[in-house]
Amino acid sequence: MLRAEDISMRYFRKTGQANHFYAVKGVSLALCPGEVTILTGRSGSGKTTLLHMLAGLLTPTGGRVLLDDTDLYALPDTELSRLRGAKFGVIPQGRSAVDTLTVLENVLLPGQLRGERGDAEGALRWLDALGIAHLKDARPAELSGGELRRMAIARALAGNPEVILADEPTGDLDDENTEAVLTLLRRRAAEAGKAVLLVTHDSEALPYGTRVYRMECGALSAL
Amino acid sequence: MGRAHLPVKNLLRKPGRTAALVLLTALLAASVFGGSVVVGSLRRGLESLEARLGADIIVMPAEAESKVSFKNLLLQGTTGAFYMDASVLDAVRGAQGVEIAAPQTFLASLKADCCAIKVQIIGIDPGADFTVKPWIEESYSRGLGDMEVAVGCKVTAGVGETLKIYEQYTHVVAKLAETGTGLDTAVYCNMDTMKKLLAAAEAKGVTHRLTSGSDVISAVYVKVKDGADPAQVNNWLNGHIRKVTAVRARSMFTDVSDSLSGIARAARVLIGAVWALALVILLVAFAMMIRERRREFAVLRLLGVSRRGLRDEILAETALCGLAGALIGVGVAALGVFPFTTLIETQIGLPYLTPAPGTLLTLAGGTVLATLAVGLLAGAWAAARLSRTDPGATLREGA
Ligand SMILES: Nc1ncnc2c1ncn2[C@@H]1O[C@H](COP(=O)(O)OP(=O)(O)O)[C@@H](O)[C@H]1O
Ligand SMILES: [Mg+2]
Repeated sequence: MLRAEDISMRYFRKTGQANHFYAVKGVSLALCPGEVTILTGRSGSGKTTLLHMLAGLLTPTGGRVLLDDTDLYALPDTELSRLRGAKFGVIPQGRSAVDTLTVLENVLLPGQLRGERGDAEGALRWLDALGIAHLKDARPAELSGGELRRMAIARALAGNPEVILADEPTGDLDDENTEAVLTLLRRRAAEAGKAVLLVTHDSEALPYGTRVYRMECGALSAL
Repeated sequence: MGRAHLPVKNLLRKPGRTAALVLLTALLAASVFGGSVVVGSLRRGLESLEARLGADIIVMPAEAESKVSFKNLLLQGTTGAFYMDASVLDAVRGAQGVEIAAPQTFLASLKADCCAIKVQIIGIDPGADFTVKPWIEESYSRGLGDMEVAVGCKVTAGVGETLKIYEQYTHVVAKLAETGTGLDTAVYCNMDTMKKLLAAAEAKGVTHRLTSGSDVISAVYVKVKDGADPAQVNNWLNGHIRKVTAVRARSMFTDVSDSLSGIARAARVLIGAVWALALVILLVAFAMMIRERRREFAVLRLLGVSRRGLRDEILAETALCGLAGALIGVGVAALGVFPFTTLIETQIGLPYLTPAPGTLLTLAGGTVLATLAVGLLAGAWAAARLSRTDPGATLREGA
């Protein structure tokens, strides 16, 4: 289980009288195995910031993030990085392809970085499930936004991570692919017992969630 | 990173970017290596010539001054055809403060006589000589006999062969080590042989005897006694022997040596400036490359690469670029310098002798290591800058 305990992210920026503001303010949240947690909210409300802090990618200015009983940000960088590679599958917002690698190599990369041999068959199964197996030898530069997004999803899922953190994974997908991806994520939780966080402002996604939260000005409220 | 072979893939699959970095590095390495070789060659050329012509004073006929410049005579080892009566030698020996006075007689061969190039024939007195004899003895220790010659390294005839000079057959008994000067095209013989050659040349109408029957010499090389002042000896010789000019060879060497070390210093400053500039350019280039790729690097961090792992990835890339650039640069500089040794030598008009292979290897190795170090420094610097930001912050940018 991944838990955020009262975490905050404070940035320095002139807003009114204060010279700083909170992108995330005192949020506590638990992502449980077998559940899909959905996070919605307006653009700029702090969703990405929260997701990055949960993923061990951004050090909070306050609070703790615990994976089971391990305080992520108390770990040395090498340990935290190893843990991130082994336990987390992160689908970031925007482009995240390594341009010099093919689609298949991109999907195999996390495993290779962990020092594994690289399970090409498994990777191809994920590409197939997302409908882009035919692009396995293409370079990211040749792909459309939706195809790149699905490649990133395949890459995040291929390592069989305990925690899946997806930042607007259906943002540039058509309806059909949106449904396929949402179904896939729900099945990771329901059938494989993974903890899934789904950041979205797609109302269509809400039914897929076990719990749904709404983010507003850095604060979290249950829907 | 092991299995992913990321650095190699990143370099090979972005050939334009890689080529630019390699080229930049090669330029740096080439200028450093090439510059060092040229400066080193000048230094060694001068040292070698100084060792060969280690005389304090050289006495020549006064008319010689109009025929050759003394500076050329010393620096290039070129000789001329000028003569004075052999009695000058006794006069020089009688001067106060003179320890050794060794005569030399010069004769130029006819062009098609023996060799492809016109050679200088230099007669020495093996008993007195202290300038070329030690050098000849490096390759031939028995002393030059009658009609035996020792040849400079650029004379085509080899040891054991016969060299025909003015219809006279001489025996090549030694081939001398390279000096990087005109002495490399000279042929050395003893004074008896020289007399025969002079007579043979005269028979062909190519000589300049002063008075028929008397012996001639071209120059007297003087070593002064310890404690004697070479300037005073020089003045005395100029004042007391008629129709000769005495010049202070060593001081001339010191002059040239000084100006040469000036050149070397300037070259070092220049090479240093090239290094500094290249260092800055490399640092900026690598920093720009890494800044442009910071999102890609943040993605690697997201996928589980630690700060240290990322630094190693970047260092591996910059080291590979640096190594390739250094090897290419040293290779190109070698191709640009070594085949043109003769051209450089004639262009700069200074003795020029390529350093020994060991020195060259050290120089090449040093250049490669230094270039590699610059690449690593640039990589480490860029990686350190990169690791100051959390990957989460970079991933948010422009997403
Ligand atoms: N590095 C930063 N410096 C200053 N402000 C930032 C920084 N990163 C994010 N913010 C601000 O924090 C707020 C939340 O951003 P974000 O988490 O990306 O929102 P969302 O993902 O909900 O659209 C925004 O107002 C954004 O401008
Ligand atoms: Mg966002």
